[in-house]
Amino acid sequence: MEKQSTNSRSQYVIDDGNSGLFKVARKSFVDDAVLADERQRIFERCWLYLGHESELAKPGDFVTRVISGRNLIFNRDRGGAVNAFYNTCTHRGAMVCREAKGNAKVFQCFYHGWAFSDEGRLIDQPGKEAYCEGFNDNGSSNLARLERLENYRGLYFLNFDRNAVPLDAYLGGVKEYIDLVMDQAETGMEIAGGTQQYAIDANWKLLCENSIDGYHGGVTHATYMDYLANTVGSMTNSGLGGGGRQLGGGHAVIEYSAPWGRPVAQHVPAWGEDGKQDIVAIMARLTRNFGEERARRIALMNRNILIFPNLVLNDIMAITLRAFYPIAPDRMHVNAWALAPREETPAMRERRLFNFLEFLGPGGFATPDDVEALEMCQRGYKNMHAVAWNDISKGMNREQPGTTDELQMRAFWRQWNSLMTAKEATE
Amino acid sequence: MSQTMTKGANAPEMTRHDFEDFLYMEAALLDEWRLNEWLALFTDDARYMVPSTDCTDASTPANSLFYIADDRFRLGERVLRLNKKTAHAEWPRSKTRHTVHNVRIRSVEGNVYAVTCNFVTYRTKNDVTNTYIGHHEYKIVVGAQGPKIQEKRSVLDLDSIRALGKISIII
Repeated sequence: MEKQSTNSRSQYVIDDGNSGLFKVARKSFVDDAVLADERQRIFERCWLYLGHESELAKPGDFVTRVISGRNLIFNRDRGGAVNAFYNTCTHRGAMVCREAKGNAKVFQCFYHGWAFSDEGRLIDQPGKEAYCEGFNDNGSSNLARLERLENYRGLYFLNFDRNAVPLDAYLGGVKEYIDLVMDQAETGMEIAGGTQQYAIDANWKLLCENSIDGYHGGVTHATYMDYLANTVGSMTNSGLGGGGRQLGGGHAVIEYSAPWGRPVAQHVPAWGEDGKQDIVAIMARLTRNFGEERARRIALMNRNILIFPNLVLNDIMAITLRAFYPIAPDRMHVNAWALAPREETPAMRERRLFNFLEFLGPGGFATPDDVEALEMCQRGYKNMHAVAWNDISKGMNREQPGTTDELQMRAFWRQWNSLMTAKEATE
Repeated sequence: MSQTMTKGANAPEMTRHDFEDFLYMEAALLDEWRLNEWLALFTDDARYMVPSTDCTDASTPANSLFYIADDRFRLGERVLRLNKKTAHAEWPRSKTRHTVHNVRIRSVEGNVYAVTCNFVTYRTKNDVTNTYIGHHEYKIVVGAQGPKIQEKRSVLDLDSIRALGKISIII
């Protein structure tokens, strides 16, 4: 039976390797107390995605972002260093930056005029003469900085726990898959302009499951499959084949071949001769850099990657980064971006973004149906007093579970359960 | 915006009133889920776009991530999809009410009219009502068979679509 099974039972998860049963309590999705606990044990302790290095291309560039309920400024200062600050004036609390993005050397609070440098230093207060000498000598009136901000291959993560393990160790086994995505670019990845910012009236963990769920595709996304079949030349004859993996630390992946075109690098006839030339050049470069076997894996395999707890990196007909945050037990906010190689030709970029929208996002041919499914699950949990458990057992009887099995979801739940049931260390 | 009016010799004269009638009809077809007839309002090279809310006027589907960027083929597929029960997000079908107002002819080049209007579209499903607020930017070709939409760009005047959740209808 499943070797990764913990053969354990908690109030949330039954992981019974001997009987091949994996159950998750529906109260995990609805209780306010569970969410309060998650904020403490998961969102305060785990590394959370903040932004991509390409969003801060020039000194002074900033974006503001809400991460797990906190208003933050993510910027690159004049010295080139990347920072994250709490977006609140140390005087009386107003947000010092009220724009979504821009370029600034100074963040000046509009309430009383306190001004902070792009390194967070308090540099001016109107009526300074009325403050005692040495007022900010200890720096306590500078913008409060997120002390733990680390970067892996252009992805910046923060941790609200200053004692957290380093990001590199936290990512562990999922780095192999992040590398397979980032290695697609010769000169680095960038966020293509435009952010999808939506919401789902469902528990955030339902999107963790859904983003790496190969089982629902054929049924939930029947109309997407119909669409693919109607297109002329948008498919290769690659079948859907592959498997799921538990990567440790709650990180998980499914990796598989698929019939759709991939900008790096699976050609489809609809892209024509120009597209074919682009793909041939990309394949040649990948082979030169990584050898044939790895080049083929990078280019021809698809990956749905869950980086615990709340970041999805899906490398399919396009690449999406998707981060999501609980607002309430039955509501989440979702931010999604398209990631692309900087050196990509304009024509291939256009194909990539066209591909992205046919499946992904709240106006695509697939994501709206996922949203509907998640919201209907959440409504179904109103019946949890009669039906208390979800079933996630598919593939537990297999040595190597396939992409339509549920090992990768069990990987998430094993880590979630372990953090939620660990004995709290005393302060 | 300054108005440019360079009518083609044979282009039929269209007034704001004519476009109001046309856009009211489009809204009615959408509200009645007569999507095949709605699709017939578009030219063979038409495009339908909904930019992300952080896009600018200069953003195009070639350089920025939109919510929707359909060419005519994919727009036809969108209609096919919405007509199916397996379009789960829209089954059972939502109730919609499309309203358009502040209709203006912004420019005319040959027989192509640039027309803008404000819109509020309400969608109700599962006892939740979402309100889509924004403006449409049309390019409408006027030929012997009357007006046809060559481009419809629906710009949401919102900071995000968190209040909407998704864009599973045509707005």
